[in-house]
Amino acid sequence: MTEQIPTDHTEQLPPGLQLEKVDDRIMTLNVGPQHPGSGHMRIIVKIDGDYIVDADPDPGYVHRGEEKMAEVRNYLLNIPHLERPVIHDSCNILYPYVLGVEDIVGIEVPERAKYVRVIAAELNRCVYIQYWLAIYGIFLGHSTMFMWPAGDRELMIDLLEKMTGARVTHSYFIPGGVRNDIPANFEDVCLRQVNYFEKRIKEYADIFYDNPILKARTEDTGVLSSQDAIRLGTTGSVLRASGIDYDVRVKEPYDVYEELDVHTNVLKDGDSYARSKIPWLDMFESCNIIRQALEKMPKSGSVRTKLRPNPKGVGNNEVYKRVESGRGAAGMHIISNGKPEPYRVKISPGSFRNLIALPYLLKGEKLGNMPAVYWSLNYWPVEADR
Amino acid sequence: MSSTDSQTNTSKEDNKESSPKPAAEKPAPPKPAAEKPAPPKPEEALPAFEKELTDRIVNQFADDVEVGYVKENRTRINVKKEKILDVAKFIKDQTPFDHAESVSGVDFPEDKEIEVVYHLGSYTDNRYSKQILALSTRAPREEIPNPGNDSTKLPSLRDVFYSVEFHERECFEMFGVYFDGHPDNRRLLLPEDWADIPPLRKDFRNKGR
Amino acid sequence: MLKELVTPQNANVFVGKLGDILYKAIDKPLGMAINWGRMWSLWPVHIETACCSVEFGAASSPRYDVERFGIIEAFGSLRQCDLVVVQGTITRKMAPRLRLVYDQMPDPKYVIAMGACAITGGLYFDSYNVLPGIDGILPVDVYVPGCPPRPETLIQGCMLLQEKIKRMKAR
Repeated sequence: MTEQIPTDHTEQLPPGLQLEKVDDRIMTLNVGPQHPGSGHMRIIVKIDGDYIVDADPDPGYVHRGEEKMAEVRNYLLNIPHLERPVIHDSCNILYPYVLGVEDIVGIEVPERAKYVRVIAAELNRCVYIQYWLAIYGIFLGHSTMFMWPAGDRELMIDLLEKMTGARVTHSYFIPGGVRNDIPANFEDVCLRQVNYFEKRIKEYADIFYDNPILKARTEDTGVLSSQDAIRLGTTGSVLRASGIDYDVRVKEPYDVYEELDVHTNVLKDGDSYARSKIPWLDMFESCNIIRQALEKMPKSGSVRTKLRPNPKGVGNNEVYKRVESGRGAAGMHIISNGKPEPYRVKISPGSFRNLIALPYLLKGEKLGNMPAVYWSLNYWPVEADR
Repeated sequence: MSSTDSQTNTSKEDNKESSPKPAAEKPAPPKPAAEKPAPPKPEEALPAFEKELTDRIVNQFADDVEVGYVKENRTRINVKKEKILDVAKFIKDQTPFDHAESVSGVDFPEDKEIEVVYHLGSYTDNRYSKQILALSTRAPREEIPNPGNDSTKLPSLRDVFYSVEFHERECFEMFGVYFDGHPDNRRLLLPEDWADIPPLRKDFRNKGR
Repeated sequence: MLKELVTPQNANVFVGKLGDILYKAIDKPLGMAINWGRMWSLWPVHIETACCSVEFGAASSPRYDVERFGIIEAFGSLRQCDLVVVQGTITRKMAPRLRLVYDQMPDPKYVIAMGACAITGGLYFDSYNVLPGIDGILPVDVYVPGCPPRPETLIQGCMLLQEKIKRMKAR
C-alpha cells in the first residue's frame, strides 16, 4: 500500500495523512462517484496494465449523520429516518431498532403482530433482492436481467403497499407491534401473488444463472475462502457463499422465526457466481417462510400494544439486537439513560461489514471484472454510509 | 439445540407468565442491566452458560477486568485500556469468538472518558453462535480535541480481530479516538475538508438543536 | 436613400439590425424545431446521490417505463447528457462532485431536484453533513417532491420539464 517517504516534513503531517510514492508503471484510477459501475461510492483502484494491484474504497458520499440525529429525537420519531438507509429493505433495517426499543421500554408484542412482522420482513427481503439482482444485471451488461426483476419486484411492492400504504418507505414496525392491521382477505391475495412470484423467479435460472457468458465472467473471480470470510467478519450472502452456515434467523431466532422452518442456503465456492446465487436462493426461502407464516398466523387479534406517549427507557440500559437483513446481519447497539431520547444508537449494517472484503477481493483481478465482484458483495452504499 | 437453550427459553416464559399486565404498569424490564458496575446480582438470576464464559475471563485477568452485565446471550466485560490487547488475544485464542460485529464509541463528557465497545461474535462454534460478547474499554477525553495528537488513544485490535479495521477508522473520525497500531488511520465517511470537532461527541451540536 | 442611411460608421449597426430582423423571422419555427428535438431526447446522467435512486430505477422498469415519454435510462458518459436528476440527499462530500459533473456537461442542460432532501434537506434538515437543498449549487428547473417520490411523480416532473423546454427560447 502507501509507503511513507522518509523526509523531515512527513513528521509534521497529521497522522491521517501520508505521502505516496509515485510509480510509473502503476496508474491510479478513480471509479465513481459518478460511474455506472460504482453506485454511490468511489473506489480508488491502482492498475498495472489491466490488473488491479490495489483497491481503496472511499465511502461516505451519502453519510447523513443518522446516529447523531437519533440522539436528539425520541424513540418514536427515530423510526422514519432510521429506515431511510435502505428504503427498499426498510422493514429489515428497522427491525433491530424496534426489538431493542421494546427491550428498553419494556413492552410485550401481541402474537399476531409478530407474524405480520415476519411476513412484512420477508416480502421486503424479496423486494430488496430483486432490486439488487436488477442492478447486477445492468452491471454485467445484461439488460433483460434488469427488466425482469424490476418488473416482478412490483408484485411484492403491491403487497407491501396493501399492508402499509407506502411503496417503499413503510415505517410499518413500531415498538409494540406494527402500525396497522393487514387488510381483509390479504391472506388469499398474498398467497396467490407469492406463488406466482415463485414461478417467475424460477425462470431466472434459464436466462441468468445458466448463462455461459455470466458464468465466464463471475466464476472463479473474487474468490473468498471460508477462513478469510470469518477473519474479515463478513456476513449474509457473502459468508454463506463461502461455505459458512450462519443465518441469524436460524442461529438466534427473533420474534416467531423459532416456530417456522427456515432453511439456510450455503454454497462452497466463494466466488462471485456463488455470491450472486445465494440471494436468489434466499428468495425461494422467503416465499416458504411467508406461506408458513400465513398458515400459522392467528386469524384475529390485536397487532399493537399501545405505548405511553413519549416513552422513556427504564434506567440505564443497553441492548445489542441483530436480525438477518437482505445484506446480512444488521445490528443495533442502543444505549438509554432514562430519557425519552436514546443516549447513543450505533447501527452496524451488513453492507458496512462486507465493505472490508472489497479491497481484499479486488487484488489481482482484471479491471473489467470489478463491477462483477463489487456488486456481488451485496453492498448498498447508502446503508454503509448511514 | 443444547441444554442451555432450553434453560434460557424456560426463563423467558417464566417472565411472561409473571407479568401479564399491560406495558404501562409494568414495574421494570425483566433484566435491568447496568451501564456502570452493578451490585452483584443473585446467582440464580444469571444464565449459566454466559456466567461460565465471563468467569473464564475474570479468572485469567483478576483485577484488570470487571463484568459489566450477564444477560441471556449477551455479556459485557469492561477492561482497562492497558490490558485490552491482552484480553482480546486471550478471547481470540481461548474462546470461539472470531470476529467483531460492530465497534461503537460512546462519549461520556461527565466522566471525561470515551468508551469503545467491541461486539464480538462467533461463526465457528455452534454453541456460541447466539452469543455476543461486548468488550469495552475507555480512553481519556480532552475538552478541546486534536484527533491523533492528544491523549485520546487506544491500542488497536486490528491485528487480533482483522474485521475491526473499518470500524476503528470510523470511530477515529467520529470520536477522535486514535488507534495505535492501526495501519490506516484515515478519514472514512466524513468529507475531506471536515475541520470541526468529531461529530458524534456530545458537545457537537446539530444546527438548531 | 440607402446610401445616406448606411455610412461606414454605422454599417455594422445596420447589419446587426438586419440580423435581428432575420433572426426574429425564423426564430419561431427554428426554435420550435430545436426545442422539439431536445424535449423528446432527454438523457439523464448516471449520478446517484442517495436513496431516491431506487425509485429512479423503478421508473425505468417495465411497469412505469419512462422511455415512452422520451427520457432515456441513466447513462454513464456525462458528455452526452443534458439532464441531471438529483436523486435525493446531497451531502457535503458529494456537493463538489455534483457541481463538477454539472460543469462538465455541454449546454443546454436541465436539472430536476428529486425528493424532499434535494429540495430542502427534508428529513435531514438538522444533520451536520447534509446540504439544505441543492439551490445553492445548481439552478433547478423542476422540483419533484416526495420522500421518495413515486415513479409516477418523477415521470410527471419530467413531463413538466418537457413542457418548460417547449416554451424556452432556443439558443
